Amino acid sequence: MTDAVGIVIVSHSKDIAKGTADMVRQMVGSEVKVAFCGGNPDGGLGTSVSLIVDAINDAWSAKGVAILVDLGGAETNSEMAVEMLEPARRDLVVVCNAPIVEGAVMAATEAAGGSSLAQVKAVAEELSAD
Amino acid sequence: MSLQPETFKSLVKVAAERVIASAPELTSLDQAIGDGDHGFNMKRGFEAVLGKLDAISEQPFDEALKTIGKTLVMTVGGASGPLYGSFFLAAGEALSHDKHLPEDIADVFGSGVSAVSARGRSHAGEKTMLDVLVPVLETLKNAAGQPDLIARVSTTAAEAVERTAPMRATKGRASFLGPRSVGHIDPGARSSCVLVQAVCASLEGKQ
Repeated sequence: MTDAVGIVIVSHSKDIAKGTADMVRQMVGSEVKVAFCGGNPDGGLGTSVSLIVDAINDAWSAKGVAILVDLGGAETNSEMAVEMLEPARRDLVVVCNAPIVEGAVMAATEAAGGSSLAQVKAVAEELSAD
Repeated sequence: MSLQPETFKSLVKVAAERVIASAPELTSLDQAIGDGDHGFNMKRGFEAVLGKLDAISEQPFDEALKTIGKTLVMTVGGASGPLYGSFFLAAGEALSHDKHLPEDIADVFGSGVSAVSARGRSHAGEKTMLDVLVPVLETLKNAAGQPDLIARVSTTAAEAVERTAPMRATKGRASFLGPRSVGHIDPGARSSCVLVQAVCASLEGKQ
């Protein structure tokens, strides 16, 4: 399990984040660590840097963590969360430019095969290549 | 002349209180061209700052600005959290490296503006908070040392926020609206103006 890149799903909605994680687990199984978060610090729609930091740490793998996001604030907050990590971990976390549901499934599928973080990110981002 | 701790404390307090008071206006502006959460988010963030005001005012200025930045990052919840958070974190970082207030205000403010620009991958002219912050920085540079610097900064912020109305958004949620973003003041520019004018008012009250 620690041989696979971890996946973090960050949506403005906790329901979307959880539903995406459920789909990933059903399609890819439990070989890949998947963590998710959604909602602002009050529990409303939005994203929270501290929840994203927790999710990254939950999905942590020595091979790194790929983050999938929905809208702009989720991306900005995810980038901020990466900078809040301890320095040794920062370079091992990437935010993928990919649609959240399809990207998470594709990234997790690639991760399950033991691919590197760069390969996982590239496969997820093929979805937005056009 | 150097910035006094009690002056710093009162300007942080005034700035936070004015942002909190402007939450309904910010929400209303954001409902027009964004997702309507800017007022709530800023209110939550600056209430958290107010909650730490005593601890913040006991820190050296560089650490105090970083605490404000980190508090905003952790509590605001929208894209404005990392943007404003980065501003204060970078301004605090500049103060940690041989910059002093008030004489280096343009450099310190400029570090914050650069951080916002990098975080948002944006620049002035895209209908964002940078359309207030960048003109304010220009005034801080151009009018440095002038007796009416504070009044000029305040006027600059007020005029700059109005200039965002005819702009078309190309960054952030408002960019989804394309031409329909034209005619509305940018909520992020407005919150930046509120902050800048609050600091100016607080400093003028001390003079």
